[in-house]
Amino acid sequence: MKKLLLLVSIAAVISGCASGVKLDEVQVDDRSGGNAGQMSGVNSLNSRGLGAMQGIKQGPVGVEHIIYFDLDSYSVKAEYQTVLDAHARYLRADRSRRVNIEGHTDERGGSEYNLALGQKRSDAVRRSLSVLGVPESQMESVSFGKEKPVAQGSDESAYSQNRRAALNYQ
Amino acid sequence: MTRPFFRFALGLLTASLLALPTWAQFRVEVSGVGLTQVPIAFAPLRGEETSPQKISAIVQADLERSGQFRGVTAGVVTDETQRPDVSAMRQKGADALLTGSISRMNDGRYDVRVRLWDVVRGQDLGAMSYTVVTGDLRLASHRIADFVYEKLTGDKGVFSTRIAYVTKAGSRFNLWVADSDGENAQSALASPEPIISPSWSPSGGQLAYVSFESRKPVVYVHDVSTGKRRVVANFRGSNSAPSWSPDGRSLAVTLSRDGGSQLFVIDAQGGEPRRLTQSAGIDTEPVFSPDGTAIYFVSDRGGAPQIYRMPASGGPANRVTFNGTYNISPAISPDGRWLTYISRIGGAFKLHVMDIASGNVAAITDTHRDERPSFAPNSRLIVYATQQDGREALMTTTLDGRIKARLSGQGGDLREPNWGPFSKVLP
Repeated sequence: MKKLLLLVSIAAVISGCASGVKLDEVQVDDRSGGNAGQMSGVNSLNSRGLGAMQGIKQGPVGVEHIIYFDLDSYSVKAEYQTVLDAHARYLRADRSRRVNIEGHTDERGGSEYNLALGQKRSDAVRRSLSVLGVPESQMESVSFGKEKPVAQGSDESAYSQNRRAALNYQ
Repeated sequence: MTRPFFRFALGLLTASLLALPTWAQFRVEVSGVGLTQVPIAFAPLRGEETSPQKISAIVQADLERSGQFRGVTAGVVTDETQRPDVSAMRQKGADALLTGSISRMNDGRYDVRVRLWDVVRGQDLGAMSYTVVTGDLRLASHRIADFVYEKLTGDKGVFSTRIAYVTKAGSRFNLWVADSDGENAQSALASPEPIISPSWSPSGGQLAYVSFESRKPVVYVHDVSTGKRRVVANFRGSNSAPSWSPDGRSLAVTLSRDGGSQLFVIDAQGGEPRRLTQSAGIDTEPVFSPDGTAIYFVSDRGGAPQIYRMPASGGPANRVTFNGTYNISPAISPDGRWLTYISRIGGAFKLHVMDIASGNVAAITDTHRDERPSFAPNSRLIVYATQQDGREALMTTTLDGRIKARLSGQGGDLREPNWGPFSKVLP
């Protein structure tokens, strides 16, 4: 069962990476003559995408990578203590590992204000890991605001799945 | 020059308000009566039936969207060289008449000519002509609408300006630069990751925006004519909410690099940012006042998001919004008189306009998911995002909310609009 879960989470990470690699589709204005700026952007993105691909084996095995938040809440619930402990142990054990903590909100309200609210969630997870002894140099907390919902729909069931922070290893 | 039109408009208005022509390409919604609208007749341009663009229809749609004009069918065939039968036009209820012609030249370009008439006084108000390639016929039409608008209202028209917006279609995101009617959109960026917060530079040559293509929010500045772009803010954490200073030299941004979301100012070329706010909570969505001396922004320092104002170099902030517990996304009109923003009222997110001098506020929409308003460069219209029929759509509205139009555009959900400055020159 645990192996199955692991496979599922690896598949999720791979699909996440695939969307990153596809960034050669980033293209610039039709009316432009040159696209040198665009090409350099694509290259750096590709290498970043590949780096993330190599990272799919990383992260504590069999441990949740997503932390859900209550409505209008930006603090990590006590029930996630064991999850965070496992991530902290993993990061302390290998100082070369880095984790990206991505905060998300539900769809209600403005893009930029939600970006700031998602940041509060990822910062809360980062602080929790810091308290557990993970050096700041191994963590980065960022936000996607409301831009990347995992559940579609405009009801509490969708909202509750979208209020989250995800730990992504590189 | 402008007064007779308004005087004559009043008497004719009530009877014919429901007779708005429907052949314009926009559904223009008119709510409320007693508006002062100039009734203007449009004679189809001679040669228009075989031209790739229906110039007179584009001009009419532009002028009606402004809320200050009402189209009247001329029902005559004439052109800019003929003196029109002004008494016939008056009988149709028109105060003004636009006539013209379009002809294809040997090199394939089009020669477009128009003349504007004051039919009340029987006076020729001037002519314009453009020689353009097919792809610029819409732009020439918007220029003609600007000409008519300025002649009859005394204000500059905004029809030849541009609007940037983002579409989401499936999992694809596109940043578009379009004409002010949403048409003629050109893709500036296509990405599988979200793009938000496009913001025009004061010169209209560049767009700042936030792209998530590297799995985090990073601020870019994109040269619209060359398509080249550069990273302006990619610091540890999130980088977002770019807003240009009026001189175009720097950007106010929201960075989380020091913990929390705080305001910084950074050179438009990049470099080391200077911190503007020091609060324990969220500070975001900065916008400069048109004179560059102040920054309006959103902060939850009082417990809920409200709009504040502070000196552009930082310092003490004064609260600007007092109603409700969720006021975000401020924009200031270029003339400095108006603040527009989104306020949550009973779970609905609604566009509001505040008269800054008096502090009077009005909600001007009946939709529930309004977002990200910005002003047209003449301060007379606002573009904003909302939801209509389950899709994300862009709307323009007059400041009193009486005239609204849904912008046409690409397929998918349309969002994150930003109205550009006066700038585009006809090639």
